[in-house]
Amino acid sequence: MADITTLHYLVVAAALFVLGVIGVLTRRNVVIVLMSIELILNAVNLNLVAFSHMWGNLHGQMFTIFIIVDAAAEAAAGLGILIAFFRNRETINVDEIDLLKW
Amino acid sequence: MNPALNSAAATMNTGMAPVATPWFFYALAGAAVISALFVITRRNAVHSALALIVTLLSVAGLYLMLYAPFVAGVQIIVYAGGIMVLFLFVIMLVNVERSSKERQFNRIWPVGLAAACALMALFVSALVKGRALFPERLVKLSEGTNTQDIAKALYGDAGRMGQYTFAFEIASLLLLVAILGAVIMTKKKI
Repeated sequence: MADITTLHYLVVAAALFVLGVIGVLTRRNVVIVLMSIELILNAVNLNLVAFSHMWGNLHGQMFTIFIIVDAAAEAAAGLGILIAFFRNRETINVDEIDLLKW
Repeated sequence: MNPALNSAAATMNTGMAPVATPWFFYALAGAAVISALFVITRRNAVHSALALIVTLLSVAGLYLMLYAPFVAGVQIIVYAGGIMVLFLFVIMLVNVERSSKERQFNRIWPVGLAAACALMALFVSALVKGRALFPERLVKLSEGTNTQDIAKALYGDAGRMGQYTFAFEIASLLLLVAILGAVIMTKKKI
């Protein structure tokens, strides 16, 4: 069997990214939308680590660590907003979150 | 340019047979993609969260195959251990029963699916057209000093600031803001 090249990892990352985008664009449950965003961030991380391996330096891995920090901050803030919203409106569906629409 | 970041290419590990066979890659990639499919299709949000944990662990395995053991450890500890516990707590706080009985996809889902398919076509064309640009021979990163090299880039080496020290401090500020924001938004009365 052929060796695993960078392209293989890029294909896996592209598949994860597209699945995350489908989740963000089609689901109604906000929790699952946030999980799909985590999928997208993981696809980007996989790309960065694969490129880090391809070029033989550590910059891609450093970027990945900062993206993981960012994902943690995003999850905390997003879920905080979600709990505050659920307390006011008793719903977690994205198409019912329309307080700022007119 | 920090020399520690580029010295990894010089220390090629020799003599050891590669443990990472292609079969491991295909198993991990298949597990990641299939459980990602479960994440976006399950009706119950708890099942989605459990499938997402499988995806995260498979991606951590792929990091190990790419000679990035520190990132794999951070992925398991922070993502699978921290962020997913947060998600499961929030799923238990908001009621799952009602939303699992409702319509799962929004009204404009065909448009979203079409946009995602267009994005996939873009990725496929980019990868097919650009496949000649990727070098065949991969540079082996030194796995043994991976954590030390990352620490030198983050915290600096021999009294000098590392290349990413300032970004590290900014990241700690970002986490502080996220903690304060989450507490202020979640508390009923401050």
